[in-house]
Amino acid sequence: MKHKELIVDGVNITDKYAIYAENLTKKFGDFTAVNNISFNVEKGEIFGFLGANGAGKTTAMRILSGLIKPTSGTAYVAGYDVYKEQEKIKNNIGYMSQKFSLYEDLTVVENIKFYGTIYGVKPKENKERTFTLLETLNLQNEANKLVGSLPLGWKQKLAFSVAIFHIPKIVFLDEPTSGVDPITRRQFWDLIYDASNKGITVFVTTHYMDEAEYCNRISLMVDGKIAAMGSPAELKNKYKANDVNEVFYHLAHSAKRIE
Amino acid sequence: MHHKKKNNTKIFKQFGAFIRKEFYHVFRDKRTLLVMFALPAVQILLFGFALTNELKNANIMVVNQASSIESKEITDKIEASPFFTIKMAEHNAENVETYIKQGKIKAVVIFPENFGRATGKDNTVQLITEGTDPNIAKTIINYINAIIGDYQLTELNKNGTKMPFTIDVEVAMLYNPELNGSMMFIPGVIAMVMMIVCTTLTAVSVVREKEFGSFEVLLVSPLRPILVLISKALPYFVLSFANLIIILLMSKYILGVPLKGSVFLLMAESMLFILTCLTFGLLFSSIAETQAVAMLLSMMGMLLPTILFTGFIFPLENMPTFYQWLANIVPAKWYFIVVKDIMLKGVGFASIWKETAILGGMTITLTALSLLKFKKRMQ
Repeated sequence: MKHKELIVDGVNITDKYAIYAENLTKKFGDFTAVNNISFNVEKGEIFGFLGANGAGKTTAMRILSGLIKPTSGTAYVAGYDVYKEQEKIKNNIGYMSQKFSLYEDLTVVENIKFYGTIYGVKPKENKERTFTLLETLNLQNEANKLVGSLPLGWKQKLAFSVAIFHIPKIVFLDEPTSGVDPITRRQFWDLIYDASNKGITVFVTTHYMDEAEYCNRISLMVDGKIAAMGSPAELKNKYKANDVNEVFYHLAHSAKRIE
Repeated sequence: MHHKKKNNTKIFKQFGAFIRKEFYHVFRDKRTLLVMFALPAVQILLFGFALTNELKNANIMVVNQASSIESKEITDKIEASPFFTIKMAEHNAENVETYIKQGKIKAVVIFPENFGRATGKDNTVQLITEGTDPNIAKTIINYINAIIGDYQLTELNKNGTKMPFTIDVEVAMLYNPELNGSMMFIPGVIAMVMMIVCTTLTAVSVVREKEFGSFEVLLVSPLRPILVLISKALPYFVLSFANLIIILLMSKYILGVPLKGSVFLLMAESMLFILTCLTFGLLFSSIAETQAVAMLLSMMGMLLPTILFTGFIFPLENMPTFYQWLANIVPAKWYFIVVKDIMLKGVGFASIWKETAILGGMTITLTALSLLKFKKRMQ
């Protein structure tokens, strides 16, 4: 079933963008968590969503992943309206959060099978993809081990692979590499590039500014607003900074909201 | 039409996968298993045997005001039984209460002055028991009754078919006239155990996912939120039910609690009660953010009111009006009445529809509350 197409200024939004947000706002009582933000993420792009704690990243991500409804503004994710088509959005995205790395008391295969089934992957395909996944991650020997017994880095990589197991259009990563050593982080980013090359759009929040450099484009959120947006090179150029960290420092310095 | 059918199969599969996952959680966690199955069994046995109704060499007193041959014969029979030791034998009842208060004797058998064949056909034996331990009191009554009945039967056989005379046993129980006993205790323990186990485990299992962050992942997944909640609760429903069956079997075959009423009615009512407890668990899980809080809420929040206000340890009738009113919102109170009535009195649905309706109403209210809280979270 093909969904309704959205045309803005002669551009077919649903065709061009994985995520389209315009004047998106979310208020909790008097508090404006997300204040009038507008941005687009192109298909297959790796989009870094940066900001200090309490800047509104998580709220924005929750809206885009169909968890909560915005107060006002427009947003389409994978071509679906965040107001009316949350269920369809959920079917077309993957999600991985910082806290979660799978069920520790389930084996690697059981975890994969569980999420595969939840996302409607057919049993036969589930089996085939599991085999490929284990091979890619070199986890064949750990297939029937409890996830709790794996090192953190492996868990994170496995969690990411599980998040894109159903081949979503977009994958949301909420600080996926927190607490992981630099080498594993590098390997983790290899997986992200692989996914991006396969056409999966990656929307990632991170605390690590070196990681921001790996993104195609980044946006910096300060006090619920997007303070800057562009490719890492563009931003460095604009703020005459040596690295993204300096850009971030320059912008976040003006923040009034601190968690 | 086809689309809808396909959708249903998908939901069914998701549901199956989820429930399998829940069972993995339960069966791989020794603590959960312990709380689920060992704890209830231990509690039932502890409570059951602590209030044992086995009787050996109970000290009793005989007041023989009659001095007839029959009273002598019955006294001998009582003395000969392994259950009683006649500690005192007097001819008047003056000191009865003192002895009972001092704990020297558990019961007094009184033969009135005119007791015996010579004085008439109808005779009465008075039996006074100390009721603070109702189980023992009840057992004593039963045994004395049996001994006298046995005596009458022997007399009947001696005299052919003609009954020489009849003896009535007049029972008076001191200090606990309502006779609250272990038979009443077991239904109470069942209610308490189910309440705590179901509520705690459901609450903790949901909060654990919240704590780990996997709950967020489930909410982002295409699983409908309501399906997530049902899938979380269902395995515990099944396990609680299995648990209940074990408890009932133990009550019946180890502790000897009778099951006079319909087993199916008892099962149906129990399912309703388990549902009530599960919804309590879900409500607590929507309030608590950590497992410790969930545990505290459901253990303490449920244990104390259940013990205090169910009425199986402390009789509700003796409480101030306010507490009696408070007891009405404790689900275990109503379930206790249901179990007691079905097991001990053998009543049918017609007698317990009110309690059933109250439990049903509570379940619906709690479900609505949990859903409301859940929806608020999703805003």
